[in-house]
Amino acid sequence: MGRAVEEINRRMLRARDAMDRTFAEPLDVPSLARIACVSQAHFIRTFRATFGETPHRYLQRRRVERAMFLLRETHRSLTDICMDVGFTSLGTFSRTFRDIVGVPPSAYRRRGAPIAAPTCFVMAWTRPAVLDKREPAGRT
Amino acid sequence: MLNAINISHIWVLDQDQALDFYVGKLGLEVSNDMDLGFMRWLTVRVPGDPTRDILLEKPGPPAVDEASAQQVRELITKGASGFTVGFTTSDCQKTYETLKARGVEFTQEPTEHFYGTDVGIRDPFGNHIRIVQLAARPVPTPAG
Repeated sequence: MGRAVEEINRRMLRARDAMDRTFAEPLDVPSLARIACVSQAHFIRTFRATFGETPHRYLQRRRVERAMFLLRETHRSLTDICMDVGFTSLGTFSRTFRDIVGVPPSAYRRRGAPIAAPTCFVMAWTRPAVLDKREPAGRT
Repeated sequence: MLNAINISHIWVLDQDQALDFYVGKLGLEVSNDMDLGFMRWLTVRVPGDPTRDILLEKPGPPAVDEASAQQVRELITKGASGFTVGFTTSDCQKTYETLKARGVEFTQEPTEHFYGTDVGIRDPFGNHIRIVQLAARPVPTPAG
């Protein structure tokens, strides 16, 4: 029992690491499930059981976290940042950002100040984690 | 009071597999590998830096009861052991390419920051390790 859990945890972590590393690329469930060496349905269910959120939500919040970073630390345009972090439409980016952070990207940029901490800690600790209650159970 | 760090610790799930990774892939050297009977005292260190050892310890009874050891193993494999250890390198890009060719798993590709350029890797068990090429002096984050 124990060893099986460890093996599946490690596979889920491998897929989560892929999201942290290549969030800007068009990642989808089939490709992540392949990284984890499990079926697509099994992947979504098991990822959620392991990390407490669906792969979709994890990736969306990783992308928003990286957008927050770029808004704080660079002068790149909203459109550029939207593309930089893996969104393909400015409308979806702005709406998703506001839903998660509570303010639109432009307002966040005005109030944001750079954070002087190593990237890995910024990524681990500033990814928005407040539960989005509108996400129904089991959705990817 | 205290002078320095002489030893630190990483939980590993298998000490032979740990050697293969920390020595075979990362290029550390074994500083101690002793069968104490009740445990295998296994330490590694960076070649050229003999003052700091890393103990590669396996969780298990009687030091850690089996149920707790199982919890430790589950937390490590899901990446919940946090930041395990950080190394420095004089050439981050070259180290990245070498480790990639050796099949090491990366959590982050080489990334420039105010403190230097660094990468993140996983050991085979899920522990998170950072490798940094420190900037000569801290530089402001470049505005892109």
